[in-house]
Amino acid sequence: MLKLENLYMTVDGDNGTGREIIRGLNLEFERGKIYAITGPNGGGKTSIAKLVMGIFKPNSGQIYLNDEEITNLSISERAHRGIIYAFQQPPRFKGLTIEDLIKIARPGIDQLALRGTMRDVGLCPEDYLLRDVGPGLSGGEMKRVEIAQVLARSAEVTIFDEPEAGVDLWTIQKLIGILYSKFKDNPDSITIIITHNENILRICDEIIVIQNGLVQARGTREEIWHLIKDDVECKMKEQCGELLTYEI
Amino acid sequence: MKFDNLSLELLNTISDLTKIPEGAANIRLDGEAVIRNSSENVTITPREDGQGFIMEVKPGTRETVHVPVLLTKTGLQETVANTFIIGENSDITIIAGCGIHNPSHADSRHDGVHEFIIRPGARLKYIEKHYGQGQGKGKKIFNPTTKISLQIGASAEMEMTQIKGVDDTFRSTIAYIEDKASLKIVERLMTDGDQEAKSDVQLNIIGRGGSGQILSRSVARDKSIQVFRAALVGRVECTGHVECDSIIMDNARISSIPELVAEDSEAVLTHEAAIGKIAGEQLVKLMSLGLTEQEAVDVILDGFLR
Repeated sequence: MLKLENLYMTVDGDNGTGREIIRGLNLEFERGKIYAITGPNGGGKTSIAKLVMGIFKPNSGQIYLNDEEITNLSISERAHRGIIYAFQQPPRFKGLTIEDLIKIARPGIDQLALRGTMRDVGLCPEDYLLRDVGPGLSGGEMKRVEIAQVLARSAEVTIFDEPEAGVDLWTIQKLIGILYSKFKDNPDSITIIITHNENILRICDEIIVIQNGLVQARGTREEIWHLIKDDVECKMKEQCGELLTYEI
Repeated sequence: MKFDNLSLELLNTISDLTKIPEGAANIRLDGEAVIRNSSENVTITPREDGQGFIMEVKPGTRETVHVPVLLTKTGLQETVANTFIIGENSDITIIAGCGIHNPSHADSRHDGVHEFIIRPGARLKYIEKHYGQGQGKGKKIFNPTTKISLQIGASAEMEMTQIKGVDDTFRSTIAYIEDKASLKIVERLMTDGDQEAKSDVQLNIIGRGGSGQILSRSVARDKSIQVFRAALVGRVECTGHVECDSIIMDNARISSIPELVAEDSEAVLTHEAAIGKIAGEQLVKLMSLGLTEQEAVDVILDGFLR
């Protein structure tokens, strides 16, 4: 179980004073479930992911993984405890290839598995494995490379930060299929997906709505759809245009 | 000829060789050519003064030639001049490089003066690595001077890398590019401690449709100093690009000075230069995959200079 207990976090505000972006957050995530975190921009969703990964440090509060407190562990220590985070905007590396990054994510991965992971995210290994993770890749390709690393690592806690952002519609559908087959009812993993995508929300067991650094609602899709409908539909229109509508 | 372990280690570092290569080769050890083999199509003959060689490649040849230099004797200082004449329509790879082992307090220095004459239609791939090791106070110094003439339709790609351990270097490279010929120079430099590296590259595009490209990647750590000047001179209709990318760390200093000179309205010359530290988000990303901060730095630098 992953447990966030009474977390507070403040960042520097515009006028030199601190701005509280996480305000006494309490959350629990169980193995075998896929969780969606959604809510308006600036509400604290990515901050939660970065707090779990250790990229951000809370001002107060604790984080536990399987009853071990990990609040003061470094990023790499948390990675070794079984947490991985797919960045919303992954950085580029001049001179490092896609193969290099996947092999760092999963040392000793064999060629078959490596190529399979590439195909899972819609990247043809023959075309992409030896390409630099540099300026030559588009935003959508970068995102797919990021997801490939996370899939290759097979961690206990997997956090995806808007996996749909910048990815074309065909790949999103394929990606949802992969997420479903790898993580749905997987007793060994906790999966957290920060998303505004209705099709991704459909495969999640629970949806957590974060606003102003707090949990505004939590429940199944049916229970809380009325709260997020407008936000999700708006985001879907941005990504897909007016043609796609979804039944509630 | 048998090499001792130290020489073999140096040889492997600068040229990936684990044994004496087959075919044409020239291996210089402590001021002497200890291996000099010609092949059917590649002739290597000594210069009259003994300090260097002339390599002639017959037209139409496809071959790889190794010409590494090793300095293991304390305080050895040498100037060596080599000439490479690449015959028409050949496709040649030359693997050069120099390794210095200097554990003493006296300086060791290798000044290599290389001239390349690349005949029409020929293709050259030149790979050169410089490396120094040894804990003494004696400096490991390299001063390579390279002159390149690319004749009509010839092409060359030259990768010149300073791996590490080089205390002082002044690299001077000048090229003349004729009609429809092309040259790409890739330079990679790593300095640390109190090391200083200076590199002057000038590509003169003198033939119509010629192209020149200079790509430089460097990392400066500790208190090291780097000065990189890259000049592209377009005298006719041509294209050229300079790209200088550096990572700066600690208290190092880097000067990156690209220069474009167009003497014809049809010359299209561009440059980009960037100096910056390792981005925090790159470190965080690699640490989130399980690397420590130091391992992440090493991976980023190794990739950048690859």
